Formats: sequence, structure tokens, C-alpha cells
Amino acid sequence: MANIEVAGKSYETDEEGYLVNLADWNTDIANYMAQTESITMTEQHWEVVNFLREYFEEYQIAPAVRVLTKAIGKKLGAEKGTSEYLYGLFPYGPGKQACKIAGLPKPTGCI
Amino acid sequence: MLHIINQSPLNSSTLDTCLNTAAGGDILFIEDAVYAVTKGNAAEAKLKAAMGKFKLHVLLPDLEARGLGDRLMDGVTGVDYGGFVDLTSNNKTCQSWL
Amino acid sequence: MSDAKKFMFVNRKAPYGTIYALESLEVVLITAAFDQDVSLAFLDDGVYQLKKGQQTKGIETKNFSPAYRALEDYDIEKLYVEKEAMAARGLTEEDFLVPVTVLSRAEMGKLMDEQDVVLSF
Repeated sequence: MANIEVAGKSYETDEEGYLVNLADWNTDIANYMAQTESITMTEQHWEVVNFLREYFEEYQIAPAVRVLTKAIGKKLGAEKGTSEYLYGLFPYGPGKQACKIAGLPKPTGCI
Repeated sequence: MLHIINQSPLNSSTLDTCLNTAAGGDILFIEDAVYAVTKGNAAEAKLKAAMGKFKLHVLLPDLEARGLGDRLMDGVTGVDYGGFVDLTSNNKTCQSWL
Repeated sequence: MSDAKKFMFVNRKAPYGTIYALESLEVVLITAAFDQDVSLAFLDDGVYQLKKGQQTKGIETKNFSPAYRALEDYDIEKLYVEKEAMAARGLTEEDFLVPVTVLSRAEMGKLMDEQDVVLSF
């Protein structure tokens, strides 16, 4: 357990930096998380992060990268449903990094 | 006295043991035991027969968690956590059939 | 897929009362990454895992039942439910939150016999 300070407020994270309480999430936290991952959030990044939050809302799980890639392709267009595109946005793994920024737990089965 | 059952009737013999042993009083169904008091469950007839001897109660949050809030058998009273506490304090003794 | 093995997860426990159902689901999601031929069998109280309308706020436990609807995204589409178990619990196919194939106990036993790997929960 650890804590992060964002905009004057303290939030609980686990030892890998994932947000403990999903309900705490806001865009300030997302930007903070992105910064710790050396990512500058663009519209394309937000698209993926928002998609992940919607997916979690619906199914209560963070999807595996393979599933995410396929689902993004269906929702946002085939050119975005490739691992090249997603790894381009999140170089250390779209599952790991985008989920952290989205305030979700690490995807099941993600090492 | 109060008898508490927390095991599913089709996966454990605790319901039978309780019904065959207990002399009367209140029975409260919690956790996986809530399946026993749902309509269409194989334990339904057994419980209907026991209603003369016992007062049956079920912990509603456990029933709703399992998606069966709308399947409660007639003659069984739903209680919340406060009702659970009342049952324990209104009875002199309590046996949990674990 | 010629070297894919037939994996069957045998689920026999109700959700929430024990941790088996959730553990099984997590292993299923992980196994999906390995492109195997995965089947999920729901026997005895395991059929309760798929019941529609689970509301867990009152017991302060995570409702993991929506994840069964995501199995399709993971290419896991073989879900088998034991007919006798449904009947003993007053359940019908309409009670489940995903499409399933209903099998008799005998058919289930045969299917189990055809697997390369069986994981029990």
C-alpha cells in the first residue's frame, strides 16, 4: 500500500501504483498516473482509457491485451485495433499502462 | 432457540441434520443456505413440512447477492442484518450448523 | 489449433459462499491467452454461478457475474450446464446470464471423459 498526492488530495494505491478504490478516479489522477509512466495524454490515449473504463463498467474485468485489441478495433475502427497502434500509445503494454491510467486493476493474467 | 444454517441444501447434509435434530424455534438461512428457501429448489417440500414446527427466516442481502430476491418461498420471513441481530438477542441460545 | 488441448473447467460450487467460483473464473480468463480448446461445465450448485440478477451490494462483495458475459470476447463459447442440477434448483435456461448448452448428467460424464485436461473447482 502506498499513497499518491494529486491536486492536494491523497489517494491509496497498491505496491505497483494501481489505484485501490475505483471510485476515487478522476482525470487529474489519470494525468498523474500517465506522468509516472512517462506518457503525455492525447486524444488517442483518452479514447483507449475511456474505452477501458466502459469495458470494466460493463463486465467488471480489465480485458486481456488480445481482447482489448479486438474490441478496440470493433469500436474505434480496424486501424486502431492492432497491437502496433496500442503499443505505440502505451509502449510498456496497453494492458498494464492504460489500465493504471484508467484507475482499473491490472488485467487478470497480465504478467 | 435459534438455529443458523449456512450451507447449500444440495451440497451438504446440515439442513437435514438440523431439521431432524432441532426441537423447534427459529431457523435462519444465511450465505449459501439461502438457496434452500427458493421456489423450485428440491428442499422446498421438506421446508414446507417443517413450517409447523419452526419459524423460518432468510438473510435478504445473501438472497439478493445470488440473484434470487424474487424467488423466496411463501412462509419465510426476510430479515436484514438488524433482524439477524434481533433473532440472536431474542433467543436464549443459538446453534450454528456449520 | 491442431496442437490445442481440450481443457475442461468443472464448476460445482455456488458463488460467494466459497471462493471456488471466482478462482475458477480467473484461471479461465488466464487460460484463454493460450489458445486452447476450453469448455466450462456447471454441475450441482455450480449452476448458480450463472444466475441472472445478482446484486451484491448488501454483502459488500464484488459481483463478478458480469464477467461471464465477457467470455465470448475471450473466445470461450462452450458453456455446458447439467440438466438435473437445474431441475433440482428450480432453474431454467432463461435464468442464465449467458447462452448455455444443457446436457444430461450422462452426456456431461461422456464429455468430461473426452478431455485432455480437467480442472476441478
